[in-house]
Amino acid sequence: MMTKILAKAYLWFLLALLYAPILIIMIFSFTEAKVLGNWTGFSTKLYSSLFSGGMHHSLMNAIWNTFAIAMLAASISTMLGSIAAIGIYNLRSRARGIMNFTNNIPIMNPDIITGVSLFLLFVSFGISQGFTTVVLAHIAFCTPYVVLSVMPRLKKMNSNIYEAALDLGATPFQALRKVILPEILPGMISGFILAFTLSIDDFAVTIFTIGNEGLETLSTYIYADARKGGLTPELRPLSTIIFVTVLVLLIVINKRAEKQEKEK
Amino acid sequence: MRRRNWSLPYALFLLVFVVIPLLLIVLYAFTDEEGAFTMANFRKFLMHPEAMNTFIYSIGIAIITTIVCLVLGYPAAYILSQKQFNTSKTMVVLFILPMWVNILIRTLATVALFDFLQLPLGEGALVFGMVYNFLPFMIYPIYNTLQKMDKSLIEAAQDLGANPLKVFNKVILPLSAPGIVSGIVMVFMPTVSTFAIAELLTMNNIKLFGTTVQENIYNGMWNYGAALSLIMLLLIGIMGLFTNDEDNAQNESGGVI
Amino acid sequence: MQQSSYIIEVQNVSKFFGEKVALDNINLNVKKGEFVTILGPSGCGKTTLLRLIAGFQTASEGEIRISGKEITQTPPHLRPVNTVFQKYALFPHLNVFDNIAFGLKLKKTPKQVIEKKVKAALKMVGMTDYEDRDVDSLSGGQQQRVAIARAIVNEPEVLLLDEPLAALDLKMRKDMQMELKEMHQKLGITFVYVTHDQEEALTLSDTIVVMSEGKIQQIGTPMDIYNEPTNAFVADFIGESNILNGTMIKDEVVNFAGHDFECVDKGFGTNMPVDVVIRPEDIYIFDVSDAAQLTGTVTSCIFKGVHFEMLVQTKQGYELMVQDYHAFEAGREVGLLVKPFDIHVMKKERTCNTFEGKMLDETHVEFLGCEFECLPHEGIMPGDNVEVKVDFNHVILEDNEEDGKLTGEVKFILYKGNHYHLTVFSDWDEDIYVDTNDVWDDGDRVGITILPKHIRINKL
Repeated sequence: MMTKILAKAYLWFLLALLYAPILIIMIFSFTEAKVLGNWTGFSTKLYSSLFSGGMHHSLMNAIWNTFAIAMLAASISTMLGSIAAIGIYNLRSRARGIMNFTNNIPIMNPDIITGVSLFLLFVSFGISQGFTTVVLAHIAFCTPYVVLSVMPRLKKMNSNIYEAALDLGATPFQALRKVILPEILPGMISGFILAFTLSIDDFAVTIFTIGNEGLETLSTYIYADARKGGLTPELRPLSTIIFVTVLVLLIVINKRAEKQEKEK
Repeated sequence: MRRRNWSLPYALFLLVFVVIPLLLIVLYAFTDEEGAFTMANFRKFLMHPEAMNTFIYSIGIAIITTIVCLVLGYPAAYILSQKQFNTSKTMVVLFILPMWVNILIRTLATVALFDFLQLPLGEGALVFGMVYNFLPFMIYPIYNTLQKMDKSLIEAAQDLGANPLKVFNKVILPLSAPGIVSGIVMVFMPTVSTFAIAELLTMNNIKLFGTTVQENIYNGMWNYGAALSLIMLLLIGIMGLFTNDEDNAQNESGGVI
Repeated sequence: MQQSSYIIEVQNVSKFFGEKVALDNINLNVKKGEFVTILGPSGCGKTTLLRLIAGFQTASEGEIRISGKEITQTPPHLRPVNTVFQKYALFPHLNVFDNIAFGLKLKKTPKQVIEKKVKAALKMVGMTDYEDRDVDSLSGGQQQRVAIARAIVNEPEVLLLDEPLAALDLKMRKDMQMELKEMHQKLGITFVYVTHDQEEALTLSDTIVVMSEGKIQQIGTPMDIYNEPTNAFVADFIGESNILNGTMIKDEVVNFAGHDFECVDKGFGTNMPVDVVIRPEDIYIFDVSDAAQLTGTVTSCIFKGVHFEMLVQTKQGYELMVQDYHAFEAGREVGLLVKPFDIHVMKKERTCNTFEGKMLDETHVEFLGCEFECLPHEGIMPGDNVEVKVDFNHVILEDNEEDGKLTGEVKFILYKGNHYHLTVFSDWDEDIYVDTNDVWDDGDRVGITILPKHIRINKL
């Protein structure tokens, strides 16, 4: 009994430690004080000023860019990764091994290496860096995760169902659309959400591929802001919103995964 | 078209955006600005005390962070994995969630916490920030192996006369070794390679190796930066040798978090 | 053009996977409305043959015709056949109705017709009112019924069934067997059924095709196959049997187990080595008396539900399996008798190992990819191509692979009453047949040795 209480207490202590910083930001997003730590009464002014734009034109731009990049990168990654997963699944074991290994490289590589290597790629081939290069870079590190989330669906699939569809008169394309696609769709959706969160969160790869034409994403904006010494007060509500959004997305993914597991 | 050919577009993509870029790091690291072969970049690193010191200091911080994470994380993973404590699945998710929050926001939150508590920023904040950032990476893989462990093994050990301490030492700990190893790698690798966050946590007083790499690339010293990247890659590659395919298989077994 | 009376014609079909021969020159004709079972152990090529007919794989050589139409290269969705898969292969994202309607919808059948046909198919498999169920919520037997309904609703000319009952438990399997048989009669279409379960094959089929190692061993009715197996493999695979080496003394007299028996076979010539097969239920067992052809001691007696199964060690040193409704407990002296028409005599496929080889010098010959020492043979010069013969009992198998000249894998074991007859698949890709008293297991790796004095050489 005693150990049980101690164990629980320990977990809660660690959780408190892990969440304290985020909670502080969340709490102080509801006050107006310029300096974090001063409580000047409850207010939602920071939230309204965040959305009123105007003053923080560059911040709104950064948010928009981040969102656009994430949408594009996640969509393209999901398509590329799903097609690739079907291909890899059907490869002979040797080639499949090579593909899986290469697919794991961006996952295993530290972000900074991925960033530096892509930076060198773009400068070597004289590609001017900007929106396109960031999207390409994000596709590069998101697609492997899509492949990894689609692959288990393919592996779990009864390998005969494709043949069964052909047997019942479906052309290969119809079999793919009516049988394989519905089977891997949950994996594709998880992969998309995952790619989307990874892209929104990314800082290290973005900063190496964004160029110096003044394009900003949220991460680079926060970074530049923090370097200047202080945190723009509006970043507190923004962080809160991002945290809550990510939280919700992750809970959705998890519930999906749990539901799928229960179905099996 | 045969379905195995569907992997071709992605194979091409991987070649262009993963394999060639990595080869470019190697190429740049061994050449000078004119493109001629040289070892000068590496010589420069070895002769340059500041870079060397940063490198060693980064490894030191990474080791300390890893140890602190292991000491804090193993008990947590153990408690989470054992049925007797009836911890809920949500608890596990709560531990893993911070992994998905933007690292800059997490770091700035740490800075805010230190400000709030009126603690000085510096080495202490640096280690706290790192542990805070990477603790979930330690807990998750250990939790995973412990959770997949056949519980009857523990009962078998008890049945054969092992006391709780012996059960832990002789059965649980060895069986969770793969999780510990991948936890160590997953904490050590990002810690040793981060950039930007150390500066934020120490008011620009302490610089880590990742920042050295970034600054050189930023200032146009591509060849030197590539050489430094390659050194980091080698360090991480050596660490990566400790993980085996089994750990990678974990990632593939569905469930995103 | 002459109209063929067969619905499926498989002509000279072979299938290679790389070096491996999965099917070796298969010829098979199936009549319209027949229930044909392809029976054989795992890896014998039976599923490959089925997949060639379904179109999931294409033959490397030969021709397949369905209803007289050549379809060897036709993709599966254009063939007038439907398949029931071993693990059902139901579409998990569709409910029972949509699974069954899948093929009809692709053919753009009108909605009302689909509804009517699906209902009829469900009725046929005894699953009325299950339309809206999720396929994952069904039991194995129910899923299999849906899989069958999904195939027959398309009214194929041929229904292919790939071990459809293998995943079910024994009781369920028995029930489904009866239902399949009824369904076949009601539908009147051709069934091609693949199984490794000989009992299933005997129960269900009009015709059984026994396969082994990519070749057809025998085609016949269940009665033919059971009562008149063409070779020792078929006899061993179908039902329990005693298989012994024998010698045909003359017409209607065969010697085995150290005794001359009267039999009904003739035309083998005199003093010809043969295989003799006797079903255990065809041996009469009784207390020792003058009527006994063989006498011996019971070594074990096991109750099998309906009958007793006994092993009898005869005075001459042969072990025979006997089934009887009466128990003769272990240790009891008994007499045995076999009636002439219960003795099945088969021509031996081979009486010794024969290899092609080449003389290297006076005392060395090369065959099976190795150089063997041999005794000098007169009139044979180095470099001559020769025929090498080795008796079954002169091939020595070693536990330790390194002790042998070459290595191989034991892959087929036949008990012959007083010794084992093994087929060893050598790493030179040729079979070596071995008689031995040692006990080996299927799949054992062995070293193979042949002594010089046991190598007989003839000039080609």
